[in-house]
Amino acid sequence: MRTIRFLLVKEFKQIFRNRSILVMIIGMPVIQLMILPLAANYEVKNINIVIVNQDHSPVSAKLVSKINASTYLNVLSHLTSYDQALKLAEDDKTDLILQIPPHFEKNLIRDNQQKLFIAVNAINGMKAGLGYGYLSNIIQMFNEELRGQMMPRSKFNVAQEIELEFTSRFNPHQVYYLFMVPGILAFLVTMITGFLSALNIVKEKEMGTIEQINVTPIKKYHFILGKLIPFWIIGTVVFTLGLMVSFFVYGIVPAGSILLLYGFMWVYLLAVLGFGLLVSTYCDKQQQAMLIMFFFMMIFILMGGLLTSIDGMPYWAKMIAALNPVSYIIDVVRAVVLKGSGLQDILPQLGTIIVFAIVLNSWAIYNYKKTN
Amino acid sequence: MDTRALNNEKVIVVDKLTKRFGDFVATDAISFDVYKGEIFGFLGANGAGKTTAMKMLCGLLTPSSGTAVVAGFDIHKQAQELKWNIGYMGQKFSLYDDLTIIENIRYYAGIYNLSNQQISDKSEGLITRLGLQKEAKKLVGQLPTGWKQKVAFSVALLHEPRIVFLDEPTGGVDPITRRQFWDMIYESAEKGTTIFITTHYMDEAEYCDRVSIMVDGKIEALDKPAELRRLYEAESMDEVFYQLARRAKRSE
Amino acid sequence: MRQFITFVKKEFAHILRDKKTLLILFGMPISQILIFGFALTNEVKNVKIAIVDRARDEQSRRLISKIDASKYFEVKKILGNAVQVDNELKKGTIKMAVIFPANFSSDLAHYNTSQVQIVLDGSDPNTANTIKNYITAIVTDHQRQQQSNVPALYQIIPEVRMLYNPQLLDAPNFVPGVMALVLMLVCVMMTAVSIVKEKEMGNMEILLVSPIKPGMVILTKTFPYLVLSLVNLTIILLLSIFVLKLPVNGSLVLLFAESILFIITCLTLGIFISVKTSSQEVAMLISLMGMLIPTILFSGFMFPIENMPYPLQMISNIIPSKWYYIIVKSIMIKGLGFSAIWKETLVLATITSVLLAVSLKSFKIRLE
Repeated sequence: MRTIRFLLVKEFKQIFRNRSILVMIIGMPVIQLMILPLAANYEVKNINIVIVNQDHSPVSAKLVSKINASTYLNVLSHLTSYDQALKLAEDDKTDLILQIPPHFEKNLIRDNQQKLFIAVNAINGMKAGLGYGYLSNIIQMFNEELRGQMMPRSKFNVAQEIELEFTSRFNPHQVYYLFMVPGILAFLVTMITGFLSALNIVKEKEMGTIEQINVTPIKKYHFILGKLIPFWIIGTVVFTLGLMVSFFVYGIVPAGSILLLYGFMWVYLLAVLGFGLLVSTYCDKQQQAMLIMFFFMMIFILMGGLLTSIDGMPYWAKMIAALNPVSYIIDVVRAVVLKGSGLQDILPQLGTIIVFAIVLNSWAIYNYKKTN
Repeated sequence: MDTRALNNEKVIVVDKLTKRFGDFVATDAISFDVYKGEIFGFLGANGAGKTTAMKMLCGLLTPSSGTAVVAGFDIHKQAQELKWNIGYMGQKFSLYDDLTIIENIRYYAGIYNLSNQQISDKSEGLITRLGLQKEAKKLVGQLPTGWKQKVAFSVALLHEPRIVFLDEPTGGVDPITRRQFWDMIYESAEKGTTIFITTHYMDEAEYCDRVSIMVDGKIEALDKPAELRRLYEAESMDEVFYQLARRAKRSE
Repeated sequence: MRQFITFVKKEFAHILRDKKTLLILFGMPISQILIFGFALTNEVKNVKIAIVDRARDEQSRRLISKIDASKYFEVKKILGNAVQVDNELKKGTIKMAVIFPANFSSDLAHYNTSQVQIVLDGSDPNTANTIKNYITAIVTDHQRQQQSNVPALYQIIPEVRMLYNPQLLDAPNFVPGVMALVLMLVCVMMTAVSIVKEKEMGNMEILLVSPIKPGMVILTKTFPYLVLSLVNLTIILLLSIFVLKLPVNGSLVLLFAESILFIITCLTLGIFISVKTSSQEVAMLISLMGMLIPTILFSGFMFPIENMPYPLQMISNIIPSKWYYIIVKSIMIKGLGFSAIWKETLVLATITSVLLAVSLKSFKIRLE
């Protein structure tokens, strides 16, 4: 234990002496957490539509006014030609184009049916589906209404209706940043501790000081612990700062136990640091370590359920996500902060992370070779 | 200058020590002994295999074959115990630039498990001896190279090892500092510490009790500097070295 | 020119010698394009749900099996009461629960209406909203099937054309984004680090006391990365076209020209960072830790930029990958020509010149 104390004193001295790194460790997550959650917003109301109405009849006017009244669709402009509208789609200004053909009303009454043309800017499949869904819903409702007006009552069967009553738990006002803040916080902590720990041993290798350590009788696990503990503490500090930002800027008070949150974070940090140290035992240059960490961080963030849902991914990708520690921390931080989940709710995740921590750290200690 | 009586207790016994990196034989079955309190010069051109051999003796590299017993410990089986008894100063700089002299000392002393009393005594002694009272709280990175090397050597001796390995310790150091450095080497040799040193300076080779010269992974000559000069009918070690090194088939 | 060639050769020798780095440099974009190209999806499907069926009759069972059969939902649990629903929501095992009342069918029969309760995990509003739309659509559809005897009169039939991406694949949206992301971060980091490394090792001094102009020093350091990035780009494009089946509807030449511009922008950003920092560690932390999430978010391929608060939209304007993402989408997917993207091109060119000017200026100051 005494040896570790000496190791820790040295690591902390070095960290505190390097002001620019210290500022980044502390400042960057705070700033990013203050800005980024607001950028991650899927306001579904902002779906733009351009209407090309070539009919000018009472029926088409009524349909247009229905669309105008919708809160989900934002009518960008009324144009007369489809080509003009397409131009707006090309520039990504509009997501939907509705074209009401000439003689729409006349044909509808004469032929009992008539077509409407909808063009969807489908590059973003999700937004396209959503926008189309809204629009066709409006058209359908309008159609039913129209039929109700135009057809004699007796012909019309009384429809049975299943009413859906929605209740939304945990985030009743549907604020998107409530969902993003805990997730981004979890990832920021991961990134800082992961990068720092991956760089650290490699830096000693690059500088040559590692050789001096290797001729000393120091035990491997002492050395690794001496590297792990400082970053573990830094991770805790960053996490605490993040929670404070969540509270003061976003007014988020964890619904669940703070202690549980910290408890899980502590175990999780061991896993991330173990991973960082493992990477650093495999590299001889900081640049290599950085590139490898970058590779994994990209996978961690894009396949961690932070930005897109894991449920929708193909099976093999879900397997990758299951091996991604970040997916667990994001899950748990969100659950505890937003849903107030308790220990028994997160036991499976906790178990998995403990296994990760043990495997990664043992692997790192094993692979840290004092002798070549 | 050399008043020390040579002890005949062997502290390093090397037997057919070999290291291969793939097809390349860096160190080719070398054998030699080093005695207690001796200053043993380990010479050779760049790429002759000196550093590889030294790293094996320090337990930094595992030999491909052959054995060596250092300070009574087998480098194969007892690398950990061995490390308590040796000091090392590598080619690359071994202190932390972003720590002060005192902090570096405390760090290494801590690793060697010295008591707090020992640590404060030792660091005080070391700083007074080197006359670094004013610089003690300066970052090592701000010191001139020569001073760094002297501090690094003292740090390598902190735990009173039986053998110190020095890998080109005086590279890039001015002549006066080199002189002082050698005074420090003699001082510790007199206390019974064995010094194992590699160098490119042939005047330094003259300061050693015995000198070995490696060529292409083999030890081509090993004796007292004076004997070697006589054997090769040379006026200086420089000439001896030149005669031997010229035979080398491989360069860097 | 001969000087230039000599130095570029030296830089290439450095880069090509380090096999590990080289492997990561090429392996990473390839594997990432493949992984993300196939895995990333904005679509919400296979949502795990629970059912509380107090009715247990023909009607409710038919609706349940209809829900389960859809690709959007997967009935994970059959629960007995609302308390259990809450527990499962907390555990995160389900995202929605459908609760049928005991008198579901009799209400329908007698009053022509019945209420089904839907409990959602609202912590993710996006998913919650989407789920809401899906379940509504399924139930509406179910009802229509039950009463298909209504005559088709005055029917309005929407005819849909999905522009640019008729099969609603995710790749056309994500691949250009990942391309922009990977190219940008790799270029920025590699240049920043390789220049700072020279500084750290003291080699920069040697270069600076030599009669080479500082501009030349920088140029020779970045040129190899331009070449490497172009190789990378070509591999990424080939993968996108032949493996991910992405179309190139526009001009390939234009796409390459724009990509070169973007790569140069990123290299300049790397130079800028390297001029402003003095250790590899700081340069790396800035170019990755500082840039990773902002680049992902502000490129616009994850979250629409027009939804962001105004100040953040302003920030997004200085992120080069945002403009490149628009350019790639326009050329590859929409098949547009230069006239449609000249504005974006101009922005990239401006960012590049500003960064270059500032870097060269600070670089000279260091000399004096």
